[in-house]
Amino acid sequence: MNEATIQLPRQMSTLAPEVDQMYYFIFWVSVAFFVAIIGVALYCLVRYRASKNPHATPPGHHDVLELFWTFAPLLLLIPMFHYGFQGFVHAMIAPAHAIEMRVTGKQWAWDFYYPGDVEPSPGEFVVPVHKPVKMVMGSRDVLHSFFIPEFRVKRDLVPGMYSSVWFEATEITSHFDAATKKVVANQQDGHLDLFCAEYCGTSHSKMLGKVHIVSEADYKAFIDSKDAQPAECDQDPKGAACKQKIVAVGEDLFKKNACNTCHTTDGSRLVGPTFKGVFGRSEQFEDGTTVTVDENYIRQSILQPQAKVVKTYTTAVMPPFVMKDWKIDALIEYIKTIK
Amino acid sequence: MSTAATTQEAPNYLTHETGFKSWALTLDHKRIGLMYLVATLLAFIAGGVFAMLVRLELWSPGETIMGPEAYNKTFTLHGAIMVFLFIIPAIPGALGNFFIPLMLGAKDVAFPRLNLASFYIYVLGACFLLYSIITGAVDTGWTFYTPYSANSSNSVMSTTLGVFILGFSSILTGVNFVTTVHSMRAPGLHWRRLPLFVWGSYATSVVQVLATPVLAITLLLLTMERFLNIGIFQPRLGGDPVLFQHFFWFYSHPAVYIMILPGMAIVNELIATFTRRAIFGYMFVAMSSVGLALVGFLVWAHHMFVAGMSEYSTMVFSALTFLVAIPSGVKVFNWTATLYKGSISFQTPMLWAMSFLFLFSIGGLTGLFLGTLNVDVHLHDTYFVVAHFHYVMVGGTVMGFAGGLHYWWPKMSGRMYNETIGRIAWFLVFVGFNITFISQFIMGSQGMPRRYWDYLERFHTMHGFSSIGAFILGTGFAIMLFNLFYAWFKGEKAPRNPWGSAGFEWQTTTPPHPHNFAEDPVIRRGPYDYHLATEEELATT
Repeated sequence: MNEATIQLPRQMSTLAPEVDQMYYFIFWVSVAFFVAIIGVALYCLVRYRASKNPHATPPGHHDVLELFWTFAPLLLLIPMFHYGFQGFVHAMIAPAHAIEMRVTGKQWAWDFYYPGDVEPSPGEFVVPVHKPVKMVMGSRDVLHSFFIPEFRVKRDLVPGMYSSVWFEATEITSHFDAATKKVVANQQDGHLDLFCAEYCGTSHSKMLGKVHIVSEADYKAFIDSKDAQPAECDQDPKGAACKQKIVAVGEDLFKKNACNTCHTTDGSRLVGPTFKGVFGRSEQFEDGTTVTVDENYIRQSILQPQAKVVKTYTTAVMPPFVMKDWKIDALIEYIKTIK
Repeated sequence: MSTAATTQEAPNYLTHETGFKSWALTLDHKRIGLMYLVATLLAFIAGGVFAMLVRLELWSPGETIMGPEAYNKTFTLHGAIMVFLFIIPAIPGALGNFFIPLMLGAKDVAFPRLNLASFYIYVLGACFLLYSIITGAVDTGWTFYTPYSANSSNSVMSTTLGVFILGFSSILTGVNFVTTVHSMRAPGLHWRRLPLFVWGSYATSVVQVLATPVLAITLLLLTMERFLNIGIFQPRLGGDPVLFQHFFWFYSHPAVYIMILPGMAIVNELIATFTRRAIFGYMFVAMSSVGLALVGFLVWAHHMFVAGMSEYSTMVFSALTFLVAIPSGVKVFNWTATLYKGSISFQTPMLWAMSFLFLFSIGGLTGLFLGTLNVDVHLHDTYFVVAHFHYVMVGGTVMGFAGGLHYWWPKMSGRMYNETIGRIAWFLVFVGFNITFISQFIMGSQGMPRRYWDYLERFHTMHGFSSIGAFILGTGFAIMLFNLFYAWFKGEKAPRNPWGSAGFEWQTTTPPHPHNFAEDPVIRRGPYDYHLATEEELATT
């Protein structure tokens, strides 16, 4: 039953079976009503067609019958309401021992904060299996909505207000790879997709996140290693292996932070200037002054994006980022390679 | 009731006066109705073209024919045009204007000048929407949710101003109809004899008058927010974005009933005529319209179950939402019971009415999924919702509207359309519609969010089906419109009462006399009393 059906995706949380039970209850009630109504209608359409029944029986009403079908549906509607509300309350109130994480939505990316974190982990997040997790959510700019179909959870992120969802995953999708210090899906595209379900502007449909469910041991290992810089650089910070690794990490950060939803690498124009050949390029500002893009300009543009905005891009609002220095270095190294 | 004058020389409203001024300054409700019809059908075509563009873009993942910004504007325009320029004004403005006075045995509506003013206000509102398209268009969705709408492009202003103006047209039409129904009924036409189209239009008008001002207030606040930064909706100024949603849906949910009630109202007339029988349980059906209008005011927050309300509010709004099922159920059950022991014929209008019954049942039943709180959490803001409201709005209202157009076209134009082509068009629409939106139910419950320019590969098949269905649907509507317009100029002359209906509007000449009836009518029976109508009244000549 926890496999995907034609109507519903796989059940991957403890809440999912509860929701699906209601879904199928309503589905079969609806099918029964629909078949009954359309069946009777079709029968009458054929049986009382004009060629067969040239004279209609004069008008009628039957108060008892009509009162019956006015109020009898309540017998089904009341349980639908009741169990739906019960399930909703269950889905709204997280168990007291749940792990608490924070999520911030912004145009058009997700930032996750593991317990105790100040610096966000963008794009992908990792949760332990069989542990209730509570997500405390907020938005930097406009409305967003946190939606994971396999968990059957959804909740809007509202600027100026906290909201929350909780879930307890029931199956492992991914594992921690000690060699690369990364969490990878067990199968190609085996992760779950996190969608933004509330329209939030141009790249709304690109505001996707990846959810990895791992064993408790893998979760611990991941948390312990997630902020460490690449192992190659611990051994030889100046070596070619480290440099190569840093560029790869930079590219990863470029995608996870959703830089690519506004900046292209192929020269075409999106919400922000393209990164193709940006390093060393001369950019002009609204006031006529220019700058040659160097490490310091990129660093400033990440930490204080509104300080110096390139001409003709002033209507776009890029949010400021919080990022460890070595990650900024990695991003700069990657941007240098886009030619 | 006058049945005498059916000769060719009888004066009719189309030819008794000619020239541009005789139309532009007319106070005749029939001519105003026709002008509304032309305007709303143009809006329908425009909205339809945008729908086709949306489905074309979604043919495959990634960019098919346009980028994300253009796509977001396209779906916004599809929604805004269809809702504000077509579906809300079409039935009351065109068919209501034309037929309510005829059904009441009145010479005109209560305030003919106000009626003309409503039309021009509508045109003015439409011009603002047009202007906003030319100046860059909006990409907020037709719902204008804050804070996005408070900061996005400046076309939001002309669009909301347009919608603000359109609201006045809607309010004035509502006031006019309510007054007309109360004060202009012919002698003998008491409330229990009122045609159900009039009952439905009356309920709609009450909602228009009471709910539309709230939309005006909301949009005005949005404008003030943008220009004066009053800080009511924007959190950075201390406002609450969820408050906008409450205000917006306080109008826009009742607006759903502004849209569906007239469709249901038409279906009553169609079923009665083509079964030659009164609607079963007339008073229950009439009161269910009033009931829907009332309950419609109490359920607005069911659009916001995951938006950040307290659990108690969601509980109350979920419970109230289930009440909607009761009057809706009464209508469907009573229509089905009307078919029993009728004498049923299957001309084009009846086919549209039956597809209403079929599709609205699906639209209504899928509403149960969305009213149930924990299931709604999963389905909210997915294509399931898109499919649900299209089953109600298109499967309901537009089917009713198309049925009404075919049913009354001979009376309005004095010409008959081609029956075979009419049935082919209906068939294409019915099949295309189901392919389009059943696919959307499936991808929605699988988790495909709405308003997405791009989508994951796993939704590709269903999007493909949906697009193919939409093209069939579009073709069907194009054939339907062509058939009707061709008939207007080249169709065979229509008789006074081609369907043999007992309805009052069929008793006058075709096309109707400029003053509706040659003599003041006196009503001696109900509009569906086939057993009391004379043979002369029911004659199809």
